Amino acid sequence: MGFFRSVLTKIKEGLAKTSETFIGGLRSLLLGRRLDEPLIAELETRLIQSDVGVKTTRRWIDTIRADFKAGRISRGEDVLEYLKGELRALWPAEDRSIRFADPSSPPPPGGTRPLTVILVAGVNGAGKTTSVAKIAKTLRDAGKSVLLAACDTFRAGAVRQLEIWSDRLGVEVVKGQQGGDPAAVAFDACQAAVARGVDVLLIDTAGRLHTQDPLMRQLTKIRDVVARKVPGAPHEVLLVLDATTGQNAVRQAEEFNRAIALSGLFLAKLDGTAKGGIVVAIHDAVRVPVKLIGVGERPEDVQPFDPAAFVEALFQEQ
Amino acid sequence: MFERLSEGFSNAIRKLSGQATLTEANVREAMADVRTALLEADVHHSVVDEFCEDVIRDSLGQDVLKGLKPGQQMIGAVHDSLVRLMGGGSSAAERSGLGLGAIPGVSAAEASVVPRVSPGPTVVMMCGLQGSGKTTTCGKLAAYLKKRGRSVMVAAADLQRPAAVEQLRTVVEQVQAEMPGGAQVHFYGEPDKVAEYGRAVGAAVTVCQNALKAAIRQGVDTLILDTAGRLHINDELMTELASVQRATQPHQVYLVVDAMTGQDAVNSAKAFHDRLKIDGVVLTKFDSDTRGGAALTVRKVTGAPVKFIGVGEKLAALEEFHAERIAGRILGMGDVVSLVEKAQQEVSEEEAARMAEKMAKGELTMDDFLDQLRSLRRMGPMKQLLGLLPGVGSMLKDVQIDEKELDRVEGMVRSMTPEERGNVSKLDHSRRRRIAKGSGTDVNAVGQLAKKFEMVSKMTKQMAGMGMRGKLQAARQLQASGGVPGVSGLPRLGGKGGTHMASPKAKFKKRK
Repeated sequence: MGFFRSVLTKIKEGLAKTSETFIGGLRSLLLGRRLDEPLIAELETRLIQSDVGVKTTRRWIDTIRADFKAGRISRGEDVLEYLKGELRALWPAEDRSIRFADPSSPPPPGGTRPLTVILVAGVNGAGKTTSVAKIAKTLRDAGKSVLLAACDTFRAGAVRQLEIWSDRLGVEVVKGQQGGDPAAVAFDACQAAVARGVDVLLIDTAGRLHTQDPLMRQLTKIRDVVARKVPGAPHEVLLVLDATTGQNAVRQAEEFNRAIALSGLFLAKLDGTAKGGIVVAIHDAVRVPVKLIGVGERPEDVQPFDPAAFVEALFQEQ
Repeated sequence: MFERLSEGFSNAIRKLSGQATLTEANVREAMADVRTALLEADVHHSVVDEFCEDVIRDSLGQDVLKGLKPGQQMIGAVHDSLVRLMGGGSSAAERSGLGLGAIPGVSAAEASVVPRVSPGPTVVMMCGLQGSGKTTTCGKLAAYLKKRGRSVMVAAADLQRPAAVEQLRTVVEQVQAEMPGGAQVHFYGEPDKVAEYGRAVGAAVTVCQNALKAAIRQGVDTLILDTAGRLHINDELMTELASVQRATQPHQVYLVVDAMTGQDAVNSAKAFHDRLKIDGVVLTKFDSDTRGGAALTVRKVTGAPVKFIGVGEKLAALEEFHAERIAGRILGMGDVVSLVEKAQQEVSEEEAARMAEKMAKGELTMDDFLDQLRSLRRMGPMKQLLGLLPGVGSMLKDVQIDEKELDRVEGMVRSMTPEERGNVSKLDHSRRRRIAKGSGTDVNAVGQLAKKFEMVSKMTKQMAGMGMRGKLQAARQLQASGGVPGVSGLPRLGGKGGTHMASPKAKFKKRK
């Protein structure tokens, strides 16, 4: 996807924000150092601290230790290369772009052109609405026409929050009644998107804990409604994940995947000190790629996910 | 929520069973499992290490007590350390020096989780990262205080997140209109001060000062300041928070923390504590299935007690935090205290005694079963209740409780004659067919219910004479043999279908 321009400097800028010691931390830990047991132990601590999870950490550390003892690796740089390779293998580049409706596909019933539907979900407070605003801005800047659907009819002020964003970004929003049926709002939004002939319909949903069965079924219903109105939709189903979340994020991914078949993760709040390492464990559980990362509060604070930069960030000092 | 944490502990204890003494070697081996369990529970690794060393030292320093098995003694050591780490019961506040004594003008009679100053208003400042649940918690706290007769003003000092002020206004109005209690709940906001991110820095100080003036003017008991979510590394915004604190001199500063937070909890908690000196912690989203290790981390870093836990989206879903109970749950001992409290609201003591006697004699009838089922269901969702029982937590991980199935069971029992309810063996084919017709189920379902009921009454008779261990075994057997009526042992069974939950619509209505 060409329009998510992967400007290297911008990524570095975003990741540098995560810690002032970005360069120093990584370089001093690994580069130019000979591998030995204390260094491996330090690596283990840093990986645990990044929320990668005990299992993944042990797997990586065991491999590194075995390779070290067998004399296959001896320098800090080797470890870095090994881990970068591991992560690149987890998420090949082609999986990390946003999926759109095939331009040559037939338009949805009643429409004149193909419509892409992006469904965004997540637990309470993960950062869904802000992330929706970021995606909307990116798409708009790429010359796509966007319609927003405010399906969070539960939380007080949620519709208004998205409305304010739509005003700031100059995109339209379809909204429902506070307390109304979110699936009905999704239905109306699909109809409006088809009638207006927009390129992308971006659906914001209410935050819900993955343990709440009725709410998860409500989400399935929203997805089903969209799929019925627009054949082939939703093209992209994103789970917004708070980077500060620990091991419970795996359960979140599993349950949301079961309810709405995720196609990607939006890793939000990476501008703090959290490393978001949990996405590695999530890959083991549900094989969903990370597509975008959120690195700030402004609508332009969004970047495509880069596994190599991510590895480097994992080792930053706290 | 701690049930997953419990598994690791159970493993560790099992490793020790059969050992005669606690040696450093076998304790260390058992604690390796505990260490992994705690790390997987998101407890910060340095906290984990310290915790494990404490436990090992404590358990080695003691002789194995007469009559205790090594495993039991280990549970004791782990439990004590956990309670110590979580802050220990009501004395937590005193121990950390942040309790009532630290606040001038507070009488002992007014002792409560949220201290009250005289003259008022008591000022409570909420802070935390974005999305931790501050605004919702403000509403819940206002409801909590209202119920206790304390008038509240909630001020909207989040001028950054779009519509945050409107959200708080709606929540506060809802508390005032719908929540129990006689006290008044007011809202204070200055919507015209709201600006885009980064442009309104500093305005929150003025808003909070004005709110304090308004609170004094109106003579409210407690003023709650809802500040904007911010990153702990954003110096500008952290400085603003410190200015708010200087300008309003809050008596209590609460840090709102997402219970699902991972290792990073240590960084944010430390940064907020260094700037503001946190008096208490509110853990939110505790109703998720997180193992909640962040609770231990934050407690350790700030030294401040966890005051409340948020356990749902409703405004009443805020509970006081009890370290002992949580420690019990971590150890797989179950949260029996909570269960007993809930049961006491539903069942009188004599009633309970009568029931226990009946169970012991194996005289349980379908009527008793129906009574129990209905009072149980009044106490809350079945899964939540079972999770409070000792040893059941980890078994329940993949069990779906089908509340609609329970409806059907009720229907079947109600379609039985009093005679049939007293003696299930009376149910021949013809009677079963009648009951199936009457309850809209089928003959097989009625047959199964009868069979399971006989099994359950046999089990309860046996269990009445057993210790904890035997009870667990019996419960496992029951599970293996098809389980309690209405509880399916098949993983994910309830997750697939779209229609078989009791009445999702009714629940959505309730959510409003």
